Amino acid sequence: MAATDSVERIVLVGAGECGARVARVLREQGFAGEITMIGDEPHAPYERPPLSKAALIDDEISPVEVLPATRLAELGVELIAGTAVESLDRDRRLAVLSDRDEVTYDRLLLATGARARTLPIAGGELALTLRTIDDARALRSRLGPGRSVVVIGAGLIGLEVAASASQLGCDVAVLEAAPRALGRALPAEMADVLVKRHADEGVEVLCGVVPTDITRLGGRFAVGVGGFDQPITADVVIAGVGATPNVELARASGLSCENGIAVDDRLRTDDPAIFAAGDCCSFPHPLYEGRRIRLESWRNAHDQAVVAAANMLGGNEQHSAVPWFWSDQYDIGLQHAGLADETASSVVRDSGDGSQIRFALAPDGRLVAASGVGPGISTAKDIRVAEMLIAAGNRPDAETLADPSVSLKRLLKS
Amino acid sequence: MSNWTKACNADAVDCEDVIPVAIDGHDYAVYRSPDDDYFATDGHCTHEAFPLADGLVMDNIIECPKHNGRFDYTTGEGQGAPICENLRTYPVKVEGGSVYIDLG
Repeated sequence: MAATDSVERIVLVGAGECGARVARVLREQGFAGEITMIGDEPHAPYERPPLSKAALIDDEISPVEVLPATRLAELGVELIAGTAVESLDRDRRLAVLSDRDEVTYDRLLLATGARARTLPIAGGELALTLRTIDDARALRSRLGPGRSVVVIGAGLIGLEVAASASQLGCDVAVLEAAPRALGRALPAEMADVLVKRHADEGVEVLCGVVPTDITRLGGRFAVGVGGFDQPITADVVIAGVGATPNVELARASGLSCENGIAVDDRLRTDDPAIFAAGDCCSFPHPLYEGRRIRLESWRNAHDQAVVAAANMLGGNEQHSAVPWFWSDQYDIGLQHAGLADETASSVVRDSGDGSQIRFALAPDGRLVAASGVGPGISTAKDIRVAEMLIAAGNRPDAETLADPSVSLKRLLKS
Repeated sequence: MSNWTKACNADAVDCEDVIPVAIDGHDYAVYRSPDDDYFATDGHCTHEAFPLADGLVMDNIIECPKHNGRFDYTTGEGQGAPICENLRTYPVKVEGGSVYIDLG
């Protein structure tokens, strides 16, 4: 590793999964200087993934803390919570906080995350969104047996919230403007497995349905829908229509932004003292011809944290981790690794016990993506192997992929 | 005091793999290393309690199937974030084609 003597103060802007992981990795790599983590939520870092899943079903939502106060103290990390960074003075290398305090840095990480997109329709602000633990608590207080819920957006968050609300006894309908659910995330056949499971639980997923406006109707809401004679009424309306990267601080500081804070494959911004990682940044992915992508996932936040920490300390590591995410809906677990485009062909491995994996092969035979659905985490081991095969640029034999009696692990060694 | 209890047949675990074993309501994971040695640990990850036997074994490492936390299953040692707590291990012996765990 390069010399680290010139780096004595590191400021982490953002106290989510990514910022917290960077703090930890910096210490694991032996950094002994000051670490200041600044987060605009009034909480110690906590995990967001459970908020739309298991935690939303609990009577009282308690945070799964990534770095509780005791761990922060052990690691010697100063957390400034409930405080935003207002501006950066890049020449003097200092961050100006919302309470007017100033913090100087030798290296600064932007891990500012993303925020839930609001519906761009009349009354769109009446729909609840879910991003933070406070959002989850507000949503939870409105859910319960017999409550009617309309979820707008059949992406991962929308479907997870629909499953959780259904498990709480709500009557749930999901409206999706696109022709199918999970269009951005998954192959159609895998999305169908989940949509069918929702139907079995009495949750309708209506595709090609475009909401036009939301109005108050006493204590309830009316969602106008294009092509419908009547609006759909509900006690609760939730929008799960994607997230917007928090780039304002970077942009105001003159850093390049392109669907996120633009970084290179080392996670460096235009300013050699400033890095960005997690949901807020877009980066060229070496496994996919250097295509610039932005990922909103727990795993990416962690993977990029490791690279950003190393490079802030003078390392020169490339971020090349295979994109990976999971979802839990009812008792179904979904895991997905890689990125596929429309040129890919698919191979299915059906285990016969209710779980299946769909592999995507590029025209040159390289495995580029794999998705698994099944009970619980039944496909986890195979998706993990698939991820390693994707990372290695492996061209697996299609028959082997399709045969559930052959261990995928064998392909790693061939 | 030792308390050797039969966990499984030795051939129930593939080489470089892991299986779940429940004894008296407690979950364990029993591993067979690439060198054909057997090891046992608690069955659940110390991070968020997912069953480790659904995870992938590579050499002496078990990786949690949910969040990719890694442990050396021969020592129980966590291999960095997100793991904060090591995994409990148990002495193992193989006799007459059976794997025994010392539950202590």
